[in-house]
Amino acid sequence: MAFLNRTDRTRRATSGVMTVLTALCTVVAVGILLIILSYIAMRGIGALNLRFLVDTPRPVGEGGGIGNAIVGSAVLLLLSCVVGIPLGIATGVYLSEFGGGLFASVVRFLVDTLTGIPSIVTGVFVYAVVVLRMGHFSALAGGIALALIMVPIVARTTEEMIKLVPHSLREGALALGAPQWRVTLGVVIPAAASGIATGAMLAVARVSGETAPLLFTAFGSRFFPRNLNEPIASLTVQIYNYAISPYDEWHAQAWAATLVLMTLILSINILVRFLTRKKF
Amino acid sequence: MSTPTQTIAPKFEVNSRTASPHGQTKIAVDGLNFYYGRTQALHDITLSIPERMVMAFIGPSGCGKTTFLRTLNRMNDVIPGTRVEGKVLMDGQDIYATGADVVDLRRKVGMVFQKSNPFPKSIFDNVAYGLRINRLTSNKSELEDRVAAALNDAALWSEVKDRLKSSALGLSGGQQQRLCIARALAIRPEVILMDEPASALDPIATSKIEELIVDLKKQYTIVIVTHNMQQAARVSDLTAFFLLGKLIEVDTTEKVFTAPGQKLTEDYITGRFG
Repeated sequence: MAFLNRTDRTRRATSGVMTVLTALCTVVAVGILLIILSYIAMRGIGALNLRFLVDTPRPVGEGGGIGNAIVGSAVLLLLSCVVGIPLGIATGVYLSEFGGGLFASVVRFLVDTLTGIPSIVTGVFVYAVVVLRMGHFSALAGGIALALIMVPIVARTTEEMIKLVPHSLREGALALGAPQWRVTLGVVIPAAASGIATGAMLAVARVSGETAPLLFTAFGSRFFPRNLNEPIASLTVQIYNYAISPYDEWHAQAWAATLVLMTLILSINILVRFLTRKKF
Repeated sequence: MSTPTQTIAPKFEVNSRTASPHGQTKIAVDGLNFYYGRTQALHDITLSIPERMVMAFIGPSGCGKTTFLRTLNRMNDVIPGTRVEGKVLMDGQDIYATGADVVDLRRKVGMVFQKSNPFPKSIFDNVAYGLRINRLTSNKSELEDRVAAALNDAALWSEVKDRLKSSALGLSGGQQQRLCIARALAIRPEVILMDEPASALDPIATSKIEELIVDLKKQYTIVIVTHNMQQAARVSDLTAFFLLGKLIEVDTTEKVFTAPGQKLTEDYITGRFG
């Protein structure tokens, strides 16, 4: 210990420098997030009150709130989850468990391509296929657009997570006389559940921030939603509309709505983590 | 070149209902070839496994012991690009015949793997898994009884009876392996295949597994792959020696270890190679 030779000293110095460097990078990465969060909190907290959370939008100078947008966002997210998560998980399961052939490779390639499609293109597509055919904007169209964005994300994370399940587990179940589908449903998917949930969560977080595809599909509304067949408000579109307006009051409300949106995403995240925590 | 199997004494009959010198034949393998893609891993294997006995497969790494073991419950089916030729008769039925039900086969032929592979479920649910998927019990108390019996048979009951609901992954390596044995026993198979079941365990856990094997042969036909020749000598009634995908010799364990009929067997057992 007392007599360190030259190489030892160099090694220790290198190790120290590297540790400091990686720590610094971490601080920068997390720091940016913290700065964004605290800035939004600072700007948003002023316009935030109970009335703001439950009221519908009103003309400038009369206050108003984002109650309908919160409900609308929840409805849109729910719709997209109902469609997108089962579809995505099923695709991922197919790709990992049964996808050896050419067809699966093609599907995998298409799923990857779908991930890379800009969300506004998805919006325009749903506009052309659903909105034009129905003749009007609707919550349904918005949910479909968001679901289309979710599917490839959920599919690929599901595939990756299921691939991580050791082969020995499958063989153990097969050796007990379990048919393939029961192995997949009863052993493989539960073993990958927390990873799959994380993937679904990522997809939810991703689409809950989407604005562009909703402009063409859900459009926006000044009222609380009554059914899925009419335009519906959402937090992101509301934020967008208020942020590009020339009024200071609406700017303040946009900040407050952003704070609400971030809080909601964070709560969903924590809730899902809690529900899918590893039991075994 | 003469095939080594022809020199085996005593020669086992392929017809499954013919009594072999060691009792009723449970599994009869006839002219089995096995291929991974274009590589032939097993060459013309012919042997009979008698009922309620322990047969050990020995041989150096890569000699095809495990591959052969896995042909007996068609576990190789899950590996893409594999091919089987020849016959494997269990109770006279060819398990590779078209229309043979692989799920049904695996219910009769249980397997314990080299690396313990408990499911990420509770201890109880692990043992109950096979019972549940095969609907072998009609009510809850029957299920609980069968699970307890299986854990008891696997000499694990006393260690886990107070924590059946906790995770199987919290057990020690030796306990996990006995849990996997319990899981296999729970569905009451007729044959149990063991692929180096003690290779990852310490001596105490190993001796527990070995005692268990000796105990289990009263009810089950057991086939065990092992790298450990002392283990083969301790637990098995019959020993089959494999080399480079060929069955070199099969005979009573006593004879194989004291007076092997083949030079290759003798060289391997005396440690001249492998």
